[in-house]
Amino acid sequence: MMRHLNGRQRVLLGLIVSAVILLTVCIGGAFCGDAARVTDFSRKNLEPCLRYPFGTDWLGRDMLVRTLKGISLSVLLGMAAAAVSAFIALALGIAAATLGKTVDAVISFVIDLLMGIPHILLLILISVALGKGFRGVAWGVALTHWPSLARLIRAEVMQLKESPYIQIAGKLGKSRWYIAGKHMLPHLMPQFLTGLVLLFPHAILHESSVTFLGFGLSSEQPAIGIILSESMKYLVTGKWWLALFPGTALVLVVVLFYVAGENLRKLTDPGSVHK
Amino acid sequence: MEKRLGIQIRNKVIRMVLLVLTTSMLTFILMKASPIDPLQANVGQAALGSMSHEQVEKLEEYWGVGESPVKQYVSWAADFIRGDMGTSLLYRQPVADVIAVKLANSLFLMVTAWILSGILGFFLGVISGMNRGRWIDRLVKGYCLLISSTPTFWLALLLLMVFGVWLKILPVGLSVPIGVEAAGVTFFDRVYHAVLPALTLSITGVSNIALHTREKMIGIMESEYVLFARARGEKGLVLFWHHGLRNALLPAITLHFAAVSEIFGGSVLVEQVFSYPGLGQAAVSAGLGSDMPLLMAITIISALFVFGGNMIADILYGIVDPRIRKGGAA
Repeated sequence: MMRHLNGRQRVLLGLIVSAVILLTVCIGGAFCGDAARVTDFSRKNLEPCLRYPFGTDWLGRDMLVRTLKGISLSVLLGMAAAAVSAFIALALGIAAATLGKTVDAVISFVIDLLMGIPHILLLILISVALGKGFRGVAWGVALTHWPSLARLIRAEVMQLKESPYIQIAGKLGKSRWYIAGKHMLPHLMPQFLTGLVLLFPHAILHESSVTFLGFGLSSEQPAIGIILSESMKYLVTGKWWLALFPGTALVLVVVLFYVAGENLRKLTDPGSVHK
Repeated sequence: MEKRLGIQIRNKVIRMVLLVLTTSMLTFILMKASPIDPLQANVGQAALGSMSHEQVEKLEEYWGVGESPVKQYVSWAADFIRGDMGTSLLYRQPVADVIAVKLANSLFLMVTAWILSGILGFFLGVISGMNRGRWIDRLVKGYCLLISSTPTFWLALLLLMVFGVWLKILPVGLSVPIGVEAAGVTFFDRVYHAVLPALTLSITGVSNIALHTREKMIGIMESEYVLFARARGEKGLVLFWHHGLRNALLPAITLHFAAVSEIFGGSVLVEQVFSYPGLGQAAVSAGLGSDMPLLMAITIISALFVFGGNMIADILYGIVDPRIRKGGAA
């Protein structure tokens, strides 16, 4: 079947398939919140079997349900935070490129500052400042992921400003807002969307890392970082399935996000395929 | 020419000092904004309840509750410049002493991982770039995608499971054996305990540099001088040695200097999994326990490392690539 499709259709198919899988995981996970908390001591510490493909933990909780719930929690939180980050990047990137030298210098300084503190440390600091918990990790991820995308957008707008069609539009007497809305924004959209989707995996990984370290979601919530940090205590006693399956599921989800982002990039920027 | 480079470096140093200063302020503000009560976090509600008023006041003074933030920051900064980093509230030792021990442990780990991942990443990138489109290129690309999607702490858990718990050939944690006096710890013990954490860090550090080198290598392979060299009959290793190595190596080195921040971030997670007593672990416990002096010092030191790495990268770019030196478009 693949052979009948051209490159564009194949890329589109890949994008749709990964999006559908991710959506299924998210929605499925959101519905099994209650099942993830059910404890049943008659089935504790079971190795993976047909009935419980991911095994059960020391409280008899079904790990498959817990993993699904944890992943959907992490993905939704990561996506929301990454979206906030992407809009900060868009606003600051455009501001740096258009509002003159002082604004540009200030924004560049802030970007350098945020990039200078190791990301994990910055997340820890912001999380502590907001009292840990859901708020801490959500704001931490949202406020720290914009610098690289903002740089990209700034460079793009700088280039656009000098391009002939924008210059001509200016000479024709079009207002700045008209140029920004009609000529610049459509040109930025593909890059922005791709940047947004490629921020998701970063945000999800950072969310789970901070939660793993104990600064993120509280231990009652079955977030993926909590599941893995709990499993650490039981590793030495040989309960390998507690860490292996949830982690693999997380890696798969992040890979799917990367694949979706790459496919989106190929669709919006066809020239890059030939590189 | 020489003078220009000097001015460039001087400007960079000034910028770096400014950035470090702002970093310290930012850290301070964030720590101060925290609603977490250091007394509750470290002494505990039950213990606080049973204490007399004077005792609580004394503790409040110790953890710096209720002082004016600006005054606190200024006195902290004045001490810091004189080399006095204050006293760690958790470890009850001068911060400088705590950091000296932890930093030595962490540096050992990070430098090993930095060098190993650099070499490995470079060669993977070269191999995949020179064999573009073949199975080995796909393999390297797939590996890079997989690694950049893997959370560092989970990779650490996996390696711990395989080598520590299942095969039992490497230790599960810590930087020295338990129950051995400090004098009895040999260099071999240290290396033995650092193998797994360093391996984890090296594996995760590869993907960026490999992909970058691959792009560079593809560019080199498409260039006219390589076409001409091929026409003269050069191929494989000889071709790489004559035309590829130097062109690809320098950008890779500069990129790797700029990647210090990632190695540092990774070490926080890895040290936590292996309970390796390094700077990262200290940062986590300082954050959880609201140990402000320690966390501030760690943030500043890590920022110094990152800015230092970036500065070396910038300067190297300038020295290596005359176009950037002249255009100043770095």
